[in-house]
Amino acid sequence: MPQISLTVNGKPASATVEARTLLVELLRDKLHLTGTHVGCDTSQCGACTVQVDGMSVKSCTMLAVQADGANVLTIEGLVNADGSLHPMQAMFREYHALQCGYCTPGMVMSAIDLVETHPEGLSEEQIRHGLEGNLCRCTGYHNIVKAIAAAWPLMHNKALPVAAE
Amino acid sequence: MYDFTYAKPASLADAAKALGADAEAKALAGGMTFIPVLKQRLNKPSTVVDLSALGLNYIKLEGGKLMIGAMTPHGSVAASADVKKAIPALAELAGNIGDRQVRYRGTIGGSLANNDPSACYPSAVLALGATIKTNERSIATDDYFQGMFTTALNPGEIITEVQFPIPEKAAYAKFANPASRYAMVGVFVAKTAGGVRVAVTGAGQNGVFRHAAFEAALAKSFTPDALNGIATPVGDMNADIHGSAAYRAHLVGVMAKRAVAAAK
Repeated sequence: MPQISLTVNGKPASATVEARTLLVELLRDKLHLTGTHVGCDTSQCGACTVQVDGMSVKSCTMLAVQADGANVLTIEGLVNADGSLHPMQAMFREYHALQCGYCTPGMVMSAIDLVETHPEGLSEEQIRHGLEGNLCRCTGYHNIVKAIAAAWPLMHNKALPVAAE
Repeated sequence: MYDFTYAKPASLADAAKALGADAEAKALAGGMTFIPVLKQRLNKPSTVVDLSALGLNYIKLEGGKLMIGAMTPHGSVAASADVKKAIPALAELAGNIGDRQVRYRGTIGGSLANNDPSACYPSAVLALGATIKTNERSIATDDYFQGMFTTALNPGEIITEVQFPIPEKAAYAKFANPASRYAMVGVFVAKTAGGVRVAVTGAGQNGVFRHAAFEAALAKSFTPDALNGIATPVGDMNADIHGSAAYRAHLVGVMAKRAVAAAK
Protein backbone atom coordinates (compact mmCIF):
# COMPACT_ATOMS: atom_id res chain seq x y z
CA MET A 1 0.00 0.00 0.00
CA PRO A 2 1.21 3.52 -0.74
CA GLN A 3 3.06 5.36 1.99
CA ILE A 4 2.47 9.10 1.92
CA SER A 5 3.88 12.09 3.76
CA LEU A 6 2.26 15.50 3.84
CA THR A 7 1.92 18.59 5.98
CA VAL A 8 -1.42 18.99 7.71
CA ASN A 9 -2.15 22.23 9.52
CA GLY A 10 1.54 23.01 9.68
CA LYS A 11 2.60 19.67 11.14
CA PRO A 12 4.17 16.74 9.32
CA ALA A 13 1.92 13.71 8.91
CA SER A 14 2.49 10.36 7.29
CA ALA A 15 0.23 7.42 6.71
CA THR A 16 -0.09 4.15 4.89
CA VAL A 17 -3.20 4.29 2.73
CA GLU A 18 -4.91 2.26 0.06
CA ALA A 19 -4.63 3.81 -3.39
CA ARG A 20 -8.40 4.27 -3.29
CA THR A 21 -8.42 6.12 0.04
CA LEU A 22 -9.92 9.56 -0.37
CA LEU A 23 -8.26 12.61 1.14
CA VAL A 24 -11.29 13.18 3.38
CA GLU A 25 -11.01 9.58 4.66
CA LEU A 26 -7.35 10.13 5.47
CA LEU A 27 -8.17 13.34 7.34
CA ARG A 28 -11.15 12.03 9.27
CA ASP A 29 -10.43 8.34 9.82
CA LYS A 30 -6.64 8.22 10.05
CA LEU A 31 -5.71 11.68 11.32
CA HIS A 32 -8.93 12.10 13.35
CA LEU A 33 -9.54 15.61 12.03
CA THR A 34 -13.31 15.33 11.98
CA GLY A 35 -13.97 19.04 11.45
CA THR A 36 -13.96 18.33 7.73
CA HIS A 37 -17.43 17.00 6.97
CA VAL A 38 -18.81 14.64 4.36
CA GLY A 39 -22.15 15.94 3.20
CA CYS A 40 -23.14 14.51 -0.16
CA ASP A 41 -20.11 12.36 -1.01
CA THR A 42 -20.85 13.16 -4.67
CA SER A 43 -18.61 16.24 -5.05
CA GLN A 44 -21.46 18.71 -5.03
CA CYS A 45 -22.04 20.11 -1.53
CA GLY A 46 -18.55 21.33 -0.60
CA ALA A 47 -18.81 20.42 3.11
CA CYS A 48 -15.52 18.53 2.70
CA THR A 49 -13.63 21.55 1.32
CA VAL A 50 -10.05 21.87 2.54
CA GLN A 51 -7.09 23.75 1.14
CA VAL A 52 -4.37 21.81 -0.68
CA ASP A 53 -1.35 23.99 -1.41
CA GLY A 54 -3.56 27.03 -0.91
CA MET A 55 -6.33 25.93 -3.27
CA SER A 56 -9.77 24.97 -1.99
CA VAL A 57 -10.65 21.46 -3.11
CA LYS A 58 -13.34 18.95 -2.32
CA SER A 59 -11.51 16.34 -0.29
CA CYS A 60 -14.14 13.70 -1.14
CA THR A 61 -13.06 13.96 -4.77
CA MET A 62 -9.32 13.71 -4.37
CA LEU A 63 -7.26 10.65 -3.57
CA ALA A 64 -5.08 10.75 -0.49
CA VAL A 65 -2.12 9.68 -2.65
CA GLN A 66 -2.65 12.80 -4.77
CA ALA A 67 -1.91 14.85 -1.66
CA ASP A 68 1.46 13.17 -1.11
CA GLY A 69 3.95 15.96 -0.39
CA ALA A 70 1.23 18.62 -0.26
CA ASN A 71 0.44 21.23 2.35
CA VAL A 72 -3.12 20.65 3.59
CA LEU A 73 -5.08 23.10 5.70
CA THR A 74 -8.30 22.07 7.43
CA ILE A 75 -10.73 23.95 9.65
CA GLU A 76 -8.76 22.76 12.69
CA GLY A 77 -5.70 24.63 11.44
CA LEU A 78 -7.30 28.06 11.34
CA VAL A 79 -7.41 29.00 15.00
CA ASN A 80 -4.58 31.22 16.19
CA ALA A 81 -1.97 30.01 18.70
CA ASP A 82 -3.61 32.06 21.45
CA GLY A 83 -6.94 30.38 20.80
CA SER A 84 -8.51 33.36 19.05
CA LEU A 85 -10.54 32.74 15.92
CA HIS A 86 -9.45 33.32 12.33
CA PRO A 87 -11.16 36.50 11.04
CA MET A 88 -13.42 34.42 8.80
CA GLN A 89 -14.52 32.27 11.73
CA ALA A 90 -15.04 35.40 13.83
CA MET A 91 -17.21 37.01 11.15
CA PHE A 92 -19.24 33.82 10.68
CA ARG A 93 -20.00 34.04 14.40
CA GLU A 94 -20.60 37.79 14.34
CA TYR A 95 -23.05 37.64 11.42
CA HIS A 96 -24.75 34.42 12.52
CA ALA A 97 -23.71 32.81 9.25
CA LEU A 98 -24.68 29.32 10.35
CA GLN A 99 -27.61 27.45 11.75
CA CYS A 100 -26.99 23.71 11.95
CA GLY A 101 -23.30 24.20 11.19
CA TYR A 102 -22.86 21.15 8.99
CA CYS A 103 -21.70 23.05 5.91
CA THR A 104 -19.74 25.60 7.92
CA PRO A 105 -16.22 24.10 7.84
CA GLY A 106 -16.39 23.84 4.06
CA MET A 107 -17.93 27.30 3.76
CA VAL A 108 -15.18 28.84 5.87
CA MET A 109 -12.36 27.09 4.00
CA SER A 110 -13.84 28.06 0.65
CA ALA A 111 -14.48 31.65 1.77
CA ILE A 112 -10.90 32.13 3.00
CA ASP A 113 -9.54 31.07 -0.38
CA LEU A 114 -12.05 33.37 -2.12
CA VAL A 115 -10.99 36.38 -0.05
CA GLU A 116 -7.28 35.60 -0.33
CA THR A 117 -7.45 35.37 -4.13
CA HIS A 118 -9.32 38.69 -4.47
CA PRO A 119 -7.08 41.34 -2.89
CA GLU A 120 -8.59 43.93 -5.26
CA GLY A 121 -12.00 43.60 -3.60
CA LEU A 122 -15.02 41.30 -3.65
CA SER A 123 -18.52 42.22 -4.77
CA GLU A 124 -21.61 40.47 -3.46
CA GLU A 125 -22.06 38.93 -6.90
CA GLN A 126 -18.49 37.60 -6.83
CA ILE A 127 -19.05 36.12 -3.37
CA ARG A 128 -22.24 34.38 -4.48
CA HIS A 129 -20.57 33.06 -7.65
CA GLY A 130 -17.57 31.96 -5.58
CA LEU A 131 -19.80 29.98 -3.23
CA GLU A 132 -21.44 27.90 -5.96
CA GLY A 133 -19.51 24.86 -4.82
CA ASN A 134 -20.80 25.06 -1.24
CA LEU A 135 -24.39 24.20 -0.38
CA CYS A 136 -26.16 25.35 2.77
CA ARG A 137 -29.69 24.12 3.39
CA CYS A 138 -30.48 26.30 6.43
CA THR A 139 -29.42 29.90 6.07
CA GLY A 140 -30.45 31.01 2.62
CA TYR A 141 -26.84 32.23 2.27
CA HIS A 142 -27.52 35.89 3.10
CA ASN A 143 -25.62 35.94 6.38
CA ILE A 144 -22.82 33.85 4.91
CA VAL A 145 -22.37 36.43 2.17
CA LYS A 146 -22.41 39.24 4.76
CA ALA A 147 -19.83 37.44 6.91
CA ILE A 148 -17.46 36.99 3.97
CA ALA A 149 -17.85 40.64 2.93
CA ALA A 150 -17.04 41.63 6.52
CA ALA A 151 -14.01 39.33 6.68
CA TRP A 152 -12.47 40.79 3.51
CA PRO A 153 -11.19 44.06 5.09
CA LEU A 154 -10.00 42.19 8.18
CA MET A 155 -7.99 39.73 6.10
CA HIS A 156 -6.55 42.47 3.88
CA ASN A 157 -5.78 44.86 6.76
CA LYS A 158 -8.24 47.44 5.51
CA ALA A 159 -10.54 49.56 7.66
CA LEU A 160 -13.84 47.95 8.54
CA PRO A 161 -16.85 49.33 6.71
CA VAL A 162 -19.49 50.93 8.90
CA ALA A 163 -22.11 48.37 9.88
CA ALA A 164 -25.40 48.82 8.07
CA GLU A 165 -27.49 48.16 11.14
CA MET B 1 -14.44 2.33 -4.89
CA TYR B 2 -12.59 -0.79 -5.97
CA ASP B 3 -8.92 -0.64 -5.12
CA PHE B 4 -6.26 -0.22 -7.79
CA THR B 5 -2.56 0.37 -8.20
CA TYR B 6 -1.56 4.02 -8.32
CA ALA B 7 1.22 5.23 -10.55
CA LYS B 8 2.54 8.76 -10.98
CA PRO B 9 5.04 8.66 -13.84
CA ALA B 10 7.49 11.55 -14.21
CA SER B 11 7.70 11.44 -18.01
CA LEU B 12 5.29 11.21 -20.91
CA ALA B 13 7.10 8.12 -22.17
CA ASP B 14 6.64 6.35 -18.83
CA ALA B 15 2.98 7.37 -18.70
CA ALA B 16 2.40 6.03 -22.21
CA LYS B 17 4.19 2.83 -21.26
CA ALA B 18 2.07 2.36 -18.14
CA LEU B 19 -1.14 2.92 -20.09
CA GLY B 20 -0.02 0.87 -23.07
CA ALA B 21 1.14 -2.13 -21.08
CA ASP B 22 -2.25 -2.78 -19.54
CA ALA B 23 -5.64 -2.43 -21.23
CA GLU B 24 -7.29 -2.02 -17.81
CA ALA B 25 -5.10 0.94 -16.82
CA LYS B 26 -6.75 4.36 -16.86
CA ALA B 27 -5.35 7.88 -16.96
CA LEU B 28 -6.19 10.34 -14.18
CA ALA B 29 -6.17 14.04 -15.06
CA GLY B 30 -8.05 16.34 -12.66
CA GLY B 31 -10.35 13.53 -11.57
CA MET B 32 -13.47 15.68 -11.33
CA THR B 33 -15.42 13.13 -13.39
CA PHE B 34 -13.20 10.09 -13.04
CA ILE B 35 -13.07 9.95 -9.24
CA PRO B 36 -16.89 10.16 -8.89
CA VAL B 37 -17.10 7.40 -11.53
CA LEU B 38 -14.70 5.26 -9.48
CA LYS B 39 -16.66 5.96 -6.31
CA GLN B 40 -19.80 4.65 -7.96
CA ARG B 41 -17.94 1.52 -9.07
CA LEU B 42 -18.79 2.26 -12.68
CA ASN B 43 -15.20 1.58 -13.65
CA LYS B 44 -12.65 -0.87 -12.29
CA PRO B 45 -9.17 0.06 -13.46
CA SER B 46 -6.19 -2.11 -12.60
CA THR B 47 -3.88 0.89 -12.47
CA VAL B 48 -4.65 4.59 -12.24
CA VAL B 49 -1.96 6.59 -13.99
CA ASP B 50 -1.77 10.12 -12.57
CA LEU B 51 -0.70 12.58 -15.29
CA SER B 52 0.02 15.47 -12.91
CA ALA B 53 3.82 15.16 -12.92
CA LEU B 54 4.34 15.41 -16.70
CA GLY B 55 4.83 19.17 -16.88
CA LEU B 56 1.61 19.68 -18.86
CA ASN B 57 0.26 22.57 -16.77
CA TYR B 58 1.07 25.71 -18.77
CA ILE B 59 -0.37 28.47 -20.96
CA LYS B 60 1.66 30.06 -23.77
CA LEU B 61 0.79 32.74 -26.30
CA GLU B 62 3.26 32.42 -29.18
CA GLY B 63 3.27 32.86 -32.93
CA GLY B 64 -0.36 33.95 -33.07
CA LYS B 65 -1.54 30.83 -31.26
CA LEU B 66 -2.65 30.08 -27.74
CA MET B 67 -1.19 26.85 -26.37
CA ILE B 68 -2.72 25.29 -23.27
CA GLY B 69 -1.13 22.26 -21.64
CA ALA B 70 -3.52 19.36 -21.17
CA MET B 71 -3.21 19.36 -17.37
CA THR B 72 -3.97 23.08 -17.02
CA PRO B 73 -6.90 23.51 -14.65
CA HIS B 74 -9.96 25.57 -15.59
CA GLY B 75 -9.21 28.15 -12.89
CA SER B 76 -5.80 28.89 -14.42
CA VAL B 77 -7.32 29.34 -17.87
CA ALA B 78 -9.98 31.64 -16.43
CA ALA B 79 -7.40 33.79 -14.62
CA SER B 80 -4.72 33.86 -17.34
CA ALA B 81 -3.85 37.29 -18.71
CA ASP B 82 -2.75 35.64 -21.97
CA VAL B 83 -6.09 33.86 -22.43
CA LYS B 84 -8.07 36.98 -21.52
CA LYS B 85 -6.09 38.93 -24.09
CA ALA B 86 -6.15 36.39 -26.92
CA ILE B 87 -9.54 34.68 -26.50
CA PRO B 88 -11.56 36.30 -23.70
CA ALA B 89 -14.50 34.01 -24.47
CA LEU B 90 -12.36 31.01 -23.54
CA ALA B 91 -11.37 32.55 -20.20
CA GLU B 92 -15.00 33.29 -19.46
CA LEU B 93 -16.08 29.77 -20.40
CA ALA B 94 -13.44 28.25 -18.12
CA GLY B 95 -14.46 30.53 -15.26
CA ASN B 96 -18.00 29.20 -15.33
CA ILE B 97 -17.29 25.46 -15.44
CA GLY B 98 -18.55 23.68 -12.33
CA ASP B 99 -17.56 25.65 -9.22
CA ARG B 100 -14.37 27.11 -7.76
CA GLN B 101 -13.23 23.87 -6.19
CA VAL B 102 -13.81 21.96 -9.42
CA ARG B 103 -11.96 24.63 -11.40
CA TYR B 104 -8.84 24.18 -9.26
CA ARG B 105 -8.67 20.47 -10.17
CA GLY B 106 -10.50 19.84 -13.45
CA THR B 107 -8.35 20.11 -16.59
CA ILE B 108 -8.86 20.93 -20.25
CA GLY B 109 -7.26 17.66 -21.34
CA GLY B 110 -9.45 15.63 -19.01
CA SER B 111 -12.57 17.36 -20.26
CA LEU B 112 -11.67 16.72 -23.89
CA ALA B 113 -10.65 13.09 -23.34
CA ASN B 114 -13.94 12.42 -21.55
CA ASN B 115 -16.07 14.36 -24.09
CA ASP B 116 -19.10 14.61 -21.84
CA PRO B 117 -22.03 15.69 -24.04
CA SER B 118 -22.78 18.54 -21.61
CA ALA B 119 -19.21 19.72 -21.00
CA CYS B 120 -18.33 23.29 -21.96
CA TYR B 121 -14.81 22.91 -23.41
CA PRO B 122 -15.71 20.73 -26.44
CA SER B 123 -17.81 23.58 -27.86
CA ALA B 124 -14.92 26.04 -27.63
CA VAL B 125 -12.41 23.62 -29.11
CA LEU B 126 -14.74 22.75 -32.01
CA ALA B 127 -15.86 26.32 -32.73
CA LEU B 128 -12.35 27.75 -32.57
CA GLY B 129 -10.95 25.01 -34.81
CA ALA B 130 -8.29 24.07 -32.28
CA THR B 131 -5.74 21.32 -32.76
CA ILE B 132 -5.41 18.58 -30.17
CA LYS B 133 -1.85 17.41 -29.69
CA THR B 134 -1.18 14.00 -28.19
CA ASN B 135 1.88 11.93 -27.45
CA GLU B 136 1.34 10.29 -30.86
CA ARG B 137 0.08 12.98 -33.28
CA SER B 138 -1.90 16.16 -33.87
CA ILE B 139 -5.65 15.78 -34.34
CA ALA B 140 -7.79 18.40 -36.10
CA THR B 141 -10.82 19.27 -34.04
CA ASP B 142 -13.24 18.31 -36.84
CA ASP B 143 -11.86 14.76 -36.65
CA TYR B 144 -11.66 14.58 -32.87
CA PHE B 145 -15.23 14.50 -31.50
CA GLN B 146 -17.01 11.30 -32.50
CA GLY B 147 -20.20 11.22 -30.43
CA MET B 148 -20.88 11.42 -26.72
CA PHE B 149 -18.00 10.14 -24.59
CA THR B 150 -16.29 9.09 -27.84
CA THR B 151 -13.19 10.65 -29.38
CA ALA B 152 -10.51 9.91 -31.95
CA LEU B 153 -8.06 9.00 -29.17
CA ASN B 154 -6.57 5.53 -29.35
CA PRO B 155 -6.49 3.43 -26.18
CA GLY B 156 -3.67 4.75 -24.04
CA GLU B 157 -3.14 7.87 -26.16
CA ILE B 158 -2.51 10.97 -24.01
CA ILE B 159 -3.54 14.53 -24.87
CA THR B 160 -0.57 16.82 -24.22
CA GLU B 161 -1.69 20.23 -25.48
CA VAL B 162 -4.52 22.13 -27.12
CA GLN B 163 -3.55 24.76 -29.71
CA PHE B 164 -6.05 27.52 -30.40
CA PRO B 165 -5.85 29.90 -33.36
CA ILE B 166 -6.89 33.40 -32.33
CA PRO B 167 -10.35 34.36 -33.63
CA GLU B 168 -11.42 37.86 -34.68
CA LYS B 169 -14.18 37.61 -32.09
CA ALA B 170 -15.89 34.88 -30.12
CA ALA B 171 -18.30 34.27 -27.28
CA TYR B 172 -19.84 31.43 -25.32
CA ALA B 173 -23.38 31.50 -23.98
CA LYS B 174 -24.43 28.77 -21.57
CA PHE B 175 -27.81 27.93 -20.14
CA ALA B 176 -26.59 26.03 -17.11
CA ASN B 177 -28.46 23.35 -15.26
CA PRO B 178 -28.91 25.11 -11.90
CA ALA B 179 -27.94 22.03 -9.89
CA SER B 180 -25.02 20.52 -11.81
CA ARG B 181 -23.96 23.70 -13.67
CA TYR B 182 -23.36 21.54 -16.73
CA ALA B 183 -24.69 23.04 -19.95
CA MET B 184 -28.34 22.32 -20.70
CA VAL B 185 -27.39 24.14 -23.88
CA GLY B 186 -24.12 25.92 -24.54
CA VAL B 187 -23.29 27.67 -27.80
CA PHE B 188 -19.81 28.85 -28.75
CA VAL B 189 -19.63 31.24 -31.70
CA ALA B 190 -16.32 32.17 -33.34
CA LYS B 191 -15.67 34.57 -36.20
CA THR B 192 -12.33 33.72 -37.75
CA ALA B 193 -10.40 34.64 -40.87
CA GLY B 194 -11.62 31.35 -42.34
CA GLY B 195 -15.30 31.95 -41.63
CA VAL B 196 -17.83 31.62 -38.84
CA ARG B 197 -18.01 28.47 -36.74
CA VAL B 198 -20.81 27.64 -34.30
CA ALA B 199 -20.55 24.68 -31.93
CA VAL B 200 -23.32 23.48 -29.63
CA THR B 201 -22.87 21.43 -26.47
CA GLY B 202 -25.39 20.00 -24.01
CA ALA B 203 -28.15 19.75 -26.58
CA GLY B 204 -27.26 17.10 -29.17
CA GLN B 205 -27.93 13.40 -28.90
CA ASN B 206 -24.43 12.76 -30.19
CA GLY B 207 -22.60 15.31 -28.10
CA VAL B 208 -21.04 18.51 -29.37
CA PHE B 209 -21.87 19.44 -32.99
CA ARG B 210 -21.42 22.26 -35.51
CA HIS B 211 -24.53 24.12 -36.56
CA ALA B 212 -24.18 24.47 -40.35
CA ALA B 213 -27.34 26.54 -40.88
CA PHE B 214 -26.29 29.06 -38.22
CA GLU B 215 -22.77 29.23 -39.64
CA ALA B 216 -24.06 29.98 -43.14
CA ALA B 217 -26.40 32.71 -41.89
CA LEU B 218 -23.74 34.33 -39.69
CA ALA B 219 -21.18 34.24 -42.51
CA LYS B 220 -23.51 36.56 -44.46
CA SER B 221 -24.30 38.80 -41.49
CA PHE B 222 -22.70 38.36 -38.05
CA THR B 223 -25.72 39.66 -36.12
CA PRO B 224 -28.26 38.03 -33.79
CA ASP B 225 -31.06 38.87 -36.23
CA ALA B 226 -29.38 36.80 -38.93
CA LEU B 227 -30.52 33.72 -36.97
CA ASN B 228 -34.21 34.68 -37.02
CA GLY B 229 -36.36 31.90 -38.40
CA ILE B 230 -33.61 29.28 -38.61
CA ALA B 231 -34.82 26.18 -36.84
CA THR B 232 -32.64 23.60 -35.12
CA PRO B 233 -33.86 20.07 -35.97
CA VAL B 234 -35.71 18.75 -32.92
CA GLY B 235 -34.99 15.14 -33.87
CA ASP B 236 -31.27 15.62 -33.22
CA MET B 237 -31.80 17.00 -29.70
CA ASN B 238 -31.30 15.30 -26.39
CA ALA B 239 -34.33 14.99 -24.10
CA ASP B 240 -34.23 14.26 -20.38
CA ILE B 241 -35.78 15.17 -17.04
CA HIS B 242 -34.37 18.70 -17.35
CA GLY B 243 -35.79 19.61 -20.75
CA SER B 244 -37.53 18.18 -23.82
CA ALA B 245 -35.97 18.02 -27.27
CA ALA B 246 -38.16 20.90 -28.47
CA TYR B 247 -37.14 23.00 -25.47
CA ARG B 248 -33.46 22.40 -26.18
CA ALA B 249 -33.87 23.12 -29.90
CA HIS B 250 -35.42 26.47 -29.02
CA LEU B 251 -32.69 27.21 -26.47
CA VAL B 252 -29.98 26.57 -29.07
CA GLY B 253 -31.29 29.52 -31.07
CA VAL B 254 -31.63 31.74 -28.01
CA MET B 255 -28.15 31.01 -26.72
CA ALA B 256 -26.61 31.39 -30.20
CA LYS B 257 -28.14 34.86 -30.50
CA ARG B 258 -26.83 35.81 -27.07
CA ALA B 259 -23.36 34.57 -28.02
CA VAL B 260 -23.34 36.57 -31.27
CA ALA B 261 -24.45 39.68 -29.40
CA ALA B 262 -21.73 39.20 -26.79
CA ALA B 263 -18.90 38.29 -29.18
CA LYS B 264 -15.71 40.30 -28.81
